[in-house]
Amino acid sequence: MSSEAMPLSPASVPAGEIQRYTFQERLCHWFSALTYVYCLLTGLAFYTPYLFWIAVLLGSGATSRFWHPIVGLGFLVSILWMHSLWRRDMTISGKDKQWLDQVNNYATNRDNLVPPQDRFNAGQKLFYWVMFWGTILLLISGLLMWFPEYISFRVAWIRSLAVLTHECAALITIGAFIIHVYMGLFLVPGSGRAMVRGHVPAAWARVHHRLWYDRVAGKPSST
Amino acid sequence: MSNGTLQIKAISGHAGPVPGRDTSRDYDVCKLIDVTTCIGCKACEVACVEWNGYPFRETVFDNTYQTMPDLEWNYYNLIRFNEHIAEDGTFSWLMRKDQCMHCADPGCLRACPADGAIVQYSNGIVDFQQEHCIGCEYCVTGCPFNIPKFNKETKKVHKCTLCSDRVGAGLEPACIKACPTGCLHFGSKDDMKDLAAKRASQLREHTAYKNAGIYDPPGVGGTHVIYVLHDINNPEAYGGLPKDPRVPLLVRVWKRPLKWLGNLAMTAGVLGVVAHYIRYGPKEAVEKKETPK
Ligand code: HEM
Ligand code: SF4
Ligand code: SF4
Repeated sequence: MSSEAMPLSPASVPAGEIQRYTFQERLCHWFSALTYVYCLLTGLAFYTPYLFWIAVLLGSGATSRFWHPIVGLGFLVSILWMHSLWRRDMTISGKDKQWLDQVNNYATNRDNLVPPQDRFNAGQKLFYWVMFWGTILLLISGLLMWFPEYISFRVAWIRSLAVLTHECAALITIGAFIIHVYMGLFLVPGSGRAMVRGHVPAAWARVHHRLWYDRVAGKPSST
Repeated sequence: MSNGTLQIKAISGHAGPVPGRDTSRDYDVCKLIDVTTCIGCKACEVACVEWNGYPFRETVFDNTYQTMPDLEWNYYNLIRFNEHIAEDGTFSWLMRKDQCMHCADPGCLRACPADGAIVQYSNGIVDFQQEHCIGCEYCVTGCPFNIPKFNKETKKVHKCTLCSDRVGAGLEPACIKACPTGCLHFGSKDDMKDLAAKRASQLREHTAYKNAGIYDPPGVGGTHVIYVLHDINNPEAYGGLPKDPRVPLLVRVWKRPLKWLGNLAMTAGVLGVVAHYIRYGPKEAVEKKETPK
């Protein structure tokens, strides 16, 4: 769905609000979140003995081992789906460089010093690309870890390299994921609700995504 | 030996200390394989399959005397057959009994994430406990000898137990009992090393095998299965016995420093965002002043 069509969805959007995420975008996001969190929890269980109880809680170690790679493929599907929806919105542009120069001010909540942003700010875009490339790495290494007995012993280093890659890629996405959840649920009130209900108050859009607001709702025809 | 030999001293994927850690009996058990007297009769293969109660599996004929290409999940013990031409042009058949080496520093156990799926007894035997195995095959990645084998149906991994069930009851492993030439010996590690040293020096002094020696690789802390080889400088000739086996470097990095780094980083990340919230609080969507556009 193109972003131009988005704000014109009056049936579900109350007065004073504008649509931020379509139903399909929200579905994709939560499918992605669910599959990621499952892989994260079971992965952490294999990662350290101190968290192995998670695997037990989620059925058993063997159950978690069985489902982790399969749900991982589901996560891959979600990322490809998301890519088809958001690829254009996530493209990094010159404006993002200006924002990144001001990232200190953004992090310390001096938002008036930060240049206005389009539908996604540069931080959100970076998060997206970290997850995208992280997923590709997790996929390649994960496939090798799934069936190590098919990797000839002559090149056994590929087996251990795969585990190491998988773990590093997972750790990088986990770092990004911690910040993502923190911002979505705590730091930026209203953004979690936007991903659930699909719409945001116009003021929210003006404060956080001025350029996007101007583009989709700034015209007098909307709210 | 009594059941006391089955005290556990190392456990895979285990959080916290292990009851029998640092215990060391005055004798570790050891199997000595004198490849110079092995005739490749495969009595040990049959005894192994019989004792462990598996049906005999199909063999694969590949124009050699080897039963099948590799160990299988229900075939722990395989005589590797190799034709070897020495430097002086003499031709020989090399037979090597291949099975788990029961490493003192077992890569399989280091790599395994499941609590109790692999244990090491204080007598040195490394044993897989299938009821705790989750089928991740990390042990396959960790083993420098390519030993653990995956059962695709049950999704469990198996390998030679050094007959821990027999040894715990004071018996010798089944393969030892079956060997007709006396090329297999079983006893304490010290005794087996003595016996191996005697045999190796006998070979060096009284035969043409001037490089005869003992294979007890220090890279994995020594093993509880040791070989007497005709030529200690060329273990690879015996069907791929590695020259200097070690737990793969990447496995060691993955299991030690990377765990701690990762745990630290994740904890710091979570604490960091909490600290950030306390210090700076949420970004409220209040419009400071109307910026006309
Ligand atoms: C893209 C598809 C994925 C595939 C095919 C895959 C496959 C695997 C496999 C085969 C393992 C070995 C254990 C097991 O078999 O369950 C594993 C471990 C692991 N996975 Fe994944 N995975 C994927 C995605 C993910 C994701 C999204 C995460 C989230 C952070 C993740 C985190 C981990 C972690 C932390 C481990 C444990 C590494 C260790 O033992 O140190 N994986 N993965
Ligand atoms: S030979 Fe392999 S399976 Fe046997 S103890 Fe050593 S690392 Fe483990
Ligand atoms: S497959 Fe190997 S590493 Fe994985 S749980 Fe079983 S014994 Fe441990």
